[in-house]
Formats: sequence, C-alpha cells, structure tokens
Amino acid sequence: MSAVLDHSAHAAGAAHGAHDHHHHGPTGWRRWVYATNHKDIGTLYLLFSFTMLMVGGVLALLIRAELFQPGLQLVNPELFNQLTTMHGLIMVFGAIMPAFVGFANWMVPLQIGASDMAFARMNNFSFWLMIPAALLLVGSFFMPGGAPAAGWTLYAPLTLQMGPSMDAGIFAMHILGASSIMGSINIIVTILNMRAPGMTLMKMPMFCWTWLITAYLLIAVMPVLAGAITMTLTDRHFGTSFFNPAGGGDPVMYQHIFWFFGHPEVYIMILPAFGIISQIVPAFSRKKLFGYASMVYATSSIAILSFIVWAHHMFTTGMPVTGQLFFMYATMLISVPTAVKIFNWVATMWRGSMTFETPMLFSVGFIFVFTIGGFTGLILAMAPIDIQLQDTYYVVAHFHYVLVAGSLFALFAGVYFWLPKWTGVMYSELRGKIHFWTSLVFFNITFFPMHFLGLAGMPRRYADYPMQFADFNAVASIGALGFGLAQVYFFVAVVWPCMRGQGAKAPAKPWDGAEGLEWELPSPAPLHTFETPPKLDATATRIIG
Amino acid sequence: MRHNKVKTMMRIPHMLASALCWVGAWATTAAHAAQDLPGGPAVNQLNLHPPATRIAQEQHWLHWMMLIICTVIFVAVFSVMFYSIWKHRKSQGAKAAHFHESVTVEVIWTVIPFIIVILMALPATKVLVAQKDTTNADITIKTTGYQWKWGYDYLKGEGEGIAFLSTLDSSHRAMSNSGDVSQAPADYLLKVDNPMVVPVGQKIRIITTANDVIHAWMVPAFGVKQDAIPGFVRDTWFRAEKVGDYYGQCAELCGKEHAYMPIHVKVVSAQDYSAWVAEQKKKAAALLDDPKRVWVLDDIVARGEKVYAANCAACHQASGQGAGAIKALDGSAIVKDQDAARQIQVLLQGAANGAMPSWKQLSDTDLAAVISYTKNAWSNKTGQLVQPADVVAQRGK
Repeated sequence: MSAVLDHSAHAAGAAHGAHDHHHHGPTGWRRWVYATNHKDIGTLYLLFSFTMLMVGGVLALLIRAELFQPGLQLVNPELFNQLTTMHGLIMVFGAIMPAFVGFANWMVPLQIGASDMAFARMNNFSFWLMIPAALLLVGSFFMPGGAPAAGWTLYAPLTLQMGPSMDAGIFAMHILGASSIMGSINIIVTILNMRAPGMTLMKMPMFCWTWLITAYLLIAVMPVLAGAITMTLTDRHFGTSFFNPAGGGDPVMYQHIFWFFGHPEVYIMILPAFGIISQIVPAFSRKKLFGYASMVYATSSIAILSFIVWAHHMFTTGMPVTGQLFFMYATMLISVPTAVKIFNWVATMWRGSMTFETPMLFSVGFIFVFTIGGFTGLILAMAPIDIQLQDTYYVVAHFHYVLVAGSLFALFAGVYFWLPKWTGVMYSELRGKIHFWTSLVFFNITFFPMHFLGLAGMPRRYADYPMQFADFNAVASIGALGFGLAQVYFFVAVVWPCMRGQGAKAPAKPWDGAEGLEWELPSPAPLHTFETPPKLDATATRIIG
Repeated sequence: MRHNKVKTMMRIPHMLASALCWVGAWATTAAHAAQDLPGGPAVNQLNLHPPATRIAQEQHWLHWMMLIICTVIFVAVFSVMFYSIWKHRKSQGAKAAHFHESVTVEVIWTVIPFIIVILMALPATKVLVAQKDTTNADITIKTTGYQWKWGYDYLKGEGEGIAFLSTLDSSHRAMSNSGDVSQAPADYLLKVDNPMVVPVGQKIRIITTANDVIHAWMVPAFGVKQDAIPGFVRDTWFRAEKVGDYYGQCAELCGKEHAYMPIHVKVVSAQDYSAWVAEQKKKAAALLDDPKRVWVLDDIVARGEKVYAANCAACHQASGQGAGAIKALDGSAIVKDQDAARQIQVLLQGAANGAMPSWKQLSDTDLAAVISYTKNAWSNKTGQLVQPADVVAQRGK
C-alpha cells in the first residue's frame, strides 16, 4: 500500500522510532474522518484541492471547447455564464486556496519543529467543512435554473436575478470563509507559539513567513467577503436594498466591498507561492537565499499595500479623477517589492552551483512566466490603458499568468520538492520533466494569444465573438486541452505511483542543497514528529540532539 | 514626432501577424475565413485598435511606452538569470559562492524600480486627467443599458430630442445559435439596427446609466469604456477625428445575452449629421403613434411581427418555442388568455426575477402590437386583438 496512506510509519529510522511507539490512532476511514494529525489533514487538503482542480479544469475545457469556433455549438449562453462563474469560484476557493493550506499543514510544523498544529480538532473541522461547501458549489449545476451565472465576482444587481443556486453559492462561500479563518488562526498560533527553542522569527523558513503574513490577510478580509455576500443574500430575500438600485441601493458599493476582499485575496493566493519558491531556489542553487530579511520586508509591504489598491479593478465604474490617480499610483507601487523578490531570487541563483531537478524547473518557470504576469499587471495598473483593457481577454491572460503560472506552478514545484518527504519514495525525474515542459508550453499556447484578443478588444465572459477573433481563440482552446491532459498525466504518472510507494526509496534529505528541519527527519516523515522540542544549532536549520 | 514613432512601431505587429497567421490557419477551416472590419477588430489583430480620437492615440502611445520599458527590463533581468543558469551549473563545475546579503544592493534595487515607476506614472497622469474632462461638450447623449440592447437619447446640442434603441441584427443572433458561421459577414455580432450617429470633430459627452443590471459602453477606437450602472449616471467623452463606422461591445457581464449587445457609432460630416437629424425628426413625427388610435387586426399583427423580431426572438425564438428555461409563447396559456391584462403586466414588469426583463421602455403601440402578434402567431390563432389603449390602462396599475 501507499506510503502516504500507509499507517505503519513505524518502520522509521531508529533514532526517530521512539516517537511512534505509543501511538494507537484510529485506522481505516476513521483515521481520515477523525483526523487530527497535521500530516493526515495536509494530505486530505492536497487531495481535495487536486480534485477541485480537475473539476474546475473540466469546466474550463467546456468553456474553451465552446470558444474553439465562433457560433454556439455546445452550450447556450446561459450555461456558458454558469461555466465561467463556477470555474472561477471552484479554482479560487476550491483548488488554489486549500492547496496552500494543505502545504501549511504538512510543512509548517515540520519546518518550525512543532509536534502538530496548535488546534488539532479545529484543524479537522476546517477541512471537513470544505466538503459540504464543495458539494453545494458543484451541486448548484443541478438546481432549478442552473448554477450561479453572475461571474465569480458576483456583482450586484445581476446576482439579484439569479435562481436558488445563488443562495447555495453564498452559503458555500460562508462555509469556506469560516474554514479559511479557522485554518488561519491555527497557522498563526502554531507559528507564534510552537516554534522549537532557537527558531527565532528571523531564522524561520520563508515558507512559514509568507504563510504567517497570508494568514493575517485571510483573517482581515474573509469577513469582508462574508459581509458582502450576506448583504447580497438579504437583498435577495429580506427586502433590503444595500446594492439594489431599485430600492436606492448602490451596486458600486458592492464592488468596493468585494474588491477590498478581492485584492488581498490575490496576494493570499501568491504569497505562499513566493514562500515555496524561496525554499526551492536556494536548495538547488546550493546557496543561501539572498536577502532573507529584505524578502520578509518585501512580503510584508506587499501585504500592507494590498489593502489600498482595490479600486484598480473598478477604473471603468467612473471614479473621480483623484480616486483613479490614487489607485493607479498605489497599484504601481506594488511592483517595487515584487521586483525586489525577483531580484533576490536571481541573486540567489547567481554564482550558485545549480542543478535542475523538477522542483527547480518549476521554480525557474514560475519566476519567468510570473514576471510576464507581473508586467501585464503594471500595464493594467495604468488607468488610461486600463480603460482599453478592463474586462477584456487581456485581463484574463494577466490573471492566469499570475494564478496558473504563478500559484499553480509554485504548488507543483512544492509537490515535487516535498513529495519524497511525504511519501518516502522519489518520483520519476523524467516524468516530472515531461510534466513541466508540457505544462509550460501548453500554458503559453493557451494564454499568450489572449493578450492579443484583449488588446483587440474582445470582452471576457463572451459565449460567442466576432469572426476576427477566431484564430487566436482556436489556438487557446488547443492549448487548454493540452494543459489539462498534462495535469491528468501529473496525477497518473507522478502522484499516484508515489502515493502507492512505487519508486526508489527517498533518503532523509534527497536534495543536497536543501536546508531546514524537515530534512532532518526520515522519509517518509513519521506520523508523529518533534514530540519533544528538538535542540537546534545556531542557524536553526539542523538538530543537534 | 511622437505619432511617427507610433506608426513605425505599429508595423512590428503586422510583421508578427503574418508570421502567426499559419498558427490559426490550420486551426480554423477556410469555411469561416474572416475579413478585417474597419473601425472594428481586424483579423488576428495584435494591438489596440487604430485610434480615432486624441485620447485613444495617447493611450496607444502609453501602451507602447510601457511595453517597451517592460520588455527591456524583462530581457535585462532574464539575461542575467539565464546567463547564471548557463554558467553557474553544477555540471559546469560551478562551486557555490557564500554571499547572501547586501544592504547596498537591496537599497539600489528598491530605489531604481521606484524611480522607474514614478517616471511611468507622469505621462499616465496627464492622459488620465485629459480623459476625465467631460466639460464643454457639443452634444450630450444619454446611453442606457438594457438587457440586452442600448438606448440612445440625444439630450443636448444638435439633434436634441432624438431617441431610439439599438439592437443586434436578429439574423446574427440566429446565426450564432445555429452554430454555423460559415456565412458570417465581417460585422458578425457587431451589426445593429440603429447605430448612434455623431458628427466628426465635435466633443460628444456620453452619459451612461442602465435599466436593470450593470453594462459597459465601450468603443475601443475612441479609447472609451464606461460602466452603465442602474440608478446612477456616469459620463465619458470622445471627439472622433475621422468619418467612419466604429464598433464596440458590452464590456460588463450583464446576463445571458451579454455577448449580443454591440455598439455601432457612425461618425459623419457636419452636413451629413444635420441631414440625419432632419430625417430623424421627420420620421419621429411620422411615427408618432396616437395611443388612442384603434387598430385592425392585420395592421397591428404586421407591426407586432417586427417588434417581436427586434426584441423577443433572441430568447423566445422566431418559432415562439422558447429554449430551456425560456418559456414557450406558442400555446402559452397566458398568451391565449381572453383577458390580456396578465400578459401586458408581464411585459411591463418583467417576470421570473428579471429573467424576463421589463419592456416598459417600448411604446404603448409597440407593446399592444407585439402582444397581438403573439396571440395570433404560430398555433395561437386566437383572433384576439390588444389596442394601445389597453396597455395605457395597465401602465398605471
């Protein structure tokens, strides 16, 4: 059976075997339903998010199939809007966010030398809350009138026209928000209180730092989203008019509230990715991360700035000129700390001793392609240009460059990096490389042409389009199919064999340049680790007894 | 000087376009070979529309400036990275150095991007301030977004009082539904029944609002995009420098027919505009329906058929069969009911939470006509007739 799924982690190295001898947890399905172990919950999160990635991916492929040619061949415009809406919601709230929480569950205790997450039972609850939420989201397709079709941003007053599935969607968002807040509290308390002696904050691995900051962002903005959708709910059913212009409400107010959540949300999905990359680049450059302190400060500045840029999503609502100027300047400012991060990664690689195993390939790919997304972000930040590009495919290209080539590629990099630690076996390097190159090529075939479509003025969320846009749409659809198949390959050829324990046995530290407490443990990591706080060396990267 | 530069730079995408053509050529069949639409999108267009206003020209220039600066930085940063990847590989015998921090370097690469960003923001500020200045307009037109068409009311300046709706050509909508676009014309999904007409060289102020949900009025060649928000008015402006046809589409998700409410602005010479205004006024006078007129069945059904094709067929279909969640009108109990009050109310108020929008903006005569048509079309041969007076009576209720 699998190493991850296998309960008998007792075969762990002699030095650590003592950690396990008194453990008699539940087995079979109880192990997962009653899970309180951070590693088990991390595994659950990761499998859940991959499932949702596949569901969201199928929706994306249906969208791309319809857009392969002009004219409506497969779906009607109503269903098309449902597909774009649910693709967005499922990918953001079902795939990317839970995947990072899965990483946090697995890696934060291992990296700071803690025995588990601070609130083990709440941890279980925050995971299992996601299941009903996911069922509500996916099930909304089968409700009368179909799934919500107001876009993932759920702009009022279009939401007021939606059928009962809108309420299901709002309820699902509430549940996911509660889950996220609980997860964040857990992560903050774990990081602040459960670090091993000697693991000072400024010696902490970058992944923990980025998650600490992300968790604060989540606690700050998830309630804002909850407020926005609750007001939508009461507008729909209880006669209020927060956003309903027919009763004197203000639809633009909805957008302000939504994006006050929505922009920090963007960073919630990218900061942990920065953390993963900051672990991997030094490991494969065999050199310490350049500018550790400035990386921490840059991450914090991005987090703080993320609260004062929200209205750059709303340049076309007709803000006064001073408002547009402020949000334009503030947004452009974000490129400064982001550039600092890129420079630091490049400086880390400079005069290193580099090798390019799959985690490093995905990291370099991330830096390269994410930077393209960063630059298009800077171009979009310019209000006069944004007037041309707002709500066109240029925006679609931009946010897929930062969310797919950004967040998702960093997640893949992290999976390859830590898979030996999780499963105890090495993945196939050849298969990893096939996955990387197909993903990178098909990603760009899919999304690069969208820049041209957007510049030429093709609006997003269109079920059908003028003939002049046909060729680029066809190219994008072909790319999307290839990209989707590459991810199926990833699961079938990489993840599944590792989960079943097939492959060369992984040493405790498979990457000779890697540093950190997780590599001090045997592979796979035993179910229980650091039950007594380890004694650390001066750099807090090694155990000395 | 600046615009010459733009022109030289604009050649680059054309060369790129031809290089990229083969990519699309095999992907789509020759059956729907498309042609460029002047004022609208060109086939495989790689950049913003050729500007037709000063503001669009400035936006174009800004975009080129940003693209060039970003590309230069991108190439510089990644040259360093790929040089390092090439040289500092373990397989090349590279030994890792030990440096890992330098405050000087960090300060330098924080300050330099900061300065670059400020330099970028300066020209953007100038354009932004200019494009928000809607004062001293020659003509003011109110643009109302409806699900799913545009309404244009000429409020001030020459042509004041002209008002009409602008809807996608229903044959294009039907073609879209059929899935077969082999016969699609160059203005597929962009052709409307009544384009907005404006004179060249005049400052046109557009006031946007909406009737139901948020829409956005955009014309890329003018560099204009402004959300149309129900319950609120916002404004934007343009001064077209060239006579011609310009196209745009709704740019804010507004429900299922979002892709089917295009914008077509006809820019004409001052004389042509005056002639158009005179003609519109004459037509309006001739069309001015007396809501007290009593119609005979054949006349009102013929009128109703046109109203139906322009407004109802997109959802309920020409066959009256509806589709999916859209109710069939053929055989509908409400339609065939001897008492027309219920059907009149559905048209005035909308139904199903706005999935069936309100049509109260149509005239009493048009509403009476379209109801009479549905009562007599397809298998609904009821012989019933609704007069404009019946609609007037229901409006107050």
